[in-house]
Amino acid sequence: MKLLLTGNYAAAYAVRDAQPDVISAYPITPQTPIIEKLAEFIDSGELKAKFVRVESEHSAMAALIGAASVGARTYTATSSQGLLYMYEVVWWAAGARLPIVMGLVTRALGPPWNIWSDHADFFTVRSSGWTMLFASSAQEVYDLTLIAYCVAEHRDVLLPALVAWDAFEVSHTYEPVELVEDATRLLPPKGAWAPPLAAEDPASLGNLAYPEEYAETRRLMVEAVRRVPLVFAEAAGRLRELTGRDYSRGYECYRCEDAETVFIAMGSVYGEVRSAVDALRARGVPVGALKVWLYRPFPYEGVARVLDGKKMAIVLSRTTSLGAMGPLATDVATALALKGCSVKLVEFSAGVGGVDVTEDDVVAMYKAALEREGGTYFWRGR
Amino acid sequence: MPETFDVVWLGRGGQGGVTAALILAQAAMSKGYYALAIPFFGAERRGAPVFAYNRLSKSTIYSRARVRAGDVLALLDPSLTGVVDVRSLVKPGGVLVVNSRGSVPGLEGLGRGQYCVDALEIAEELDLKVAGIPLVNMPMVGAVGRVSGLFELHDLLEATKAQIKAMLESNLRAVEEGWRRVEKCRC
Repeated sequence: MKLLLTGNYAAAYAVRDAQPDVISAYPITPQTPIIEKLAEFIDSGELKAKFVRVESEHSAMAALIGAASVGARTYTATSSQGLLYMYEVVWWAAGARLPIVMGLVTRALGPPWNIWSDHADFFTVRSSGWTMLFASSAQEVYDLTLIAYCVAEHRDVLLPALVAWDAFEVSHTYEPVELVEDATRLLPPKGAWAPPLAAEDPASLGNLAYPEEYAETRRLMVEAVRRVPLVFAEAAGRLRELTGRDYSRGYECYRCEDAETVFIAMGSVYGEVRSAVDALRARGVPVGALKVWLYRPFPYEGVARVLDGKKMAIVLSRTTSLGAMGPLATDVATALALKGCSVKLVEFSAGVGGVDVTEDDVVAMYKAALEREGGTYFWRGR
Repeated sequence: MPETFDVVWLGRGGQGGVTAALILAQAAMSKGYYALAIPFFGAERRGAPVFAYNRLSKSTIYSRARVRAGDVLALLDPSLTGVVDVRSLVKPGGVLVVNSRGSVPGLEGLGRGQYCVDALEIAEELDLKVAGIPLVNMPMVGAVGRVSGLFELHDLLEATKAQIKAMLESNLRAVEEGWRRVEKCRC
């Protein structure tokens, strides 16, 4: 079935199709329409979930930690300051190995106050143990949300997963979205994983761990995160069989094969990058584009394979990283260094705080990158 | 048809421009187009200038950037010509569809032509109002849909049924009247 949906509604439809047991969230622009739509689904009986109303994002995640601890399938969504308010328990969810799924509609962090897209909120949780996915369209929001449940609840992983997408360009833009006929063919059966707590076998979570115990807990998390790419690829493979849409590598390459320069981006700006690649190719300039879907764990090997032998990599970072290269560019640099690749790396901070980035901007970035040294530059637009 | 057929909806908060873009996208999708309806990116404010956009294409649209200028500019409130640089919102080969009885002073020679529909009169005839603001968006859907040359009236009515629940009969009539009454602007 194909529906005209915003990115936020696409998330709500995916959650409906995943049939979680417990949802808890606190409203914040631009996330709120997700939760409004889920409330409608619960009201109409299409979704048989318990909605726990709370007074903050911190409590929303805490409610889900309680629910997931006894085996519930769960969902929450937030943005920006909401994620920062939730931050402490975001780490608790990962450390407790609870397969909670969260939607994150990326929004700039204040000050100054701003409701538009910026990936600063997303990057704040990059080392927390959450599997992190980034969607660049409403269709990808739907698909990756379903995949997030598959990865989170897999017995080899048991870590929370989040799916992010840009405020407004994706969250509020309507586009055709193809739904999966029968999501149960994709998702794991409910109760396929063993929760840490059960009423009949009393225990507690979150006790003091002495250094060796703490280190062992973290080592096990490291092991689990290492298994994510394979589990992700398996789930994406099942989705491909059902729909033909393929996310299994965790990234997409467009016209990369014979490219000398490759743009790297996440989110809605990738559409502009893709158009710019076509425009530059039409003039005989060999460029390609790489879009990251699976951000954590980062696909170092795959990205390095794509970039090996290229002359230049241009990273579009939708955030300002003060005092260092942005996280996405740092990850690309790491991928190159691990493989011993010598590729000029130029990062542009672009689209910060919702600034519109156009195809012409991206073409102009290419020209600017040729003239400049490797490093990070702030793109002020034309 | 160019790579994408773009519509810029410009009205005031409360007039329903965002809903108009949604209905046009719904109609386009049902005809096999890949269709985007992009609302104004910001906090909603009654009475302030509000933009919405459509991008329509026979193939997948990757761009999510704002539409700079339309093949059609749908102007829901002609008084906005003094507030917004309306001329910049129409592609050189584009057209203007304006909610007005006659051509709007200052917009002569804009694009390939100006089409007028008295959407305010239609909304008032049908008593289509929310919080006292006449909903001129639905006659504009009919008018824009017709001027675009991409739709039959039936497509627009079906799209309206798919997206609108409240005052459906009046909304359908409004689309139909907009379709029927739109014409080249008279001086």
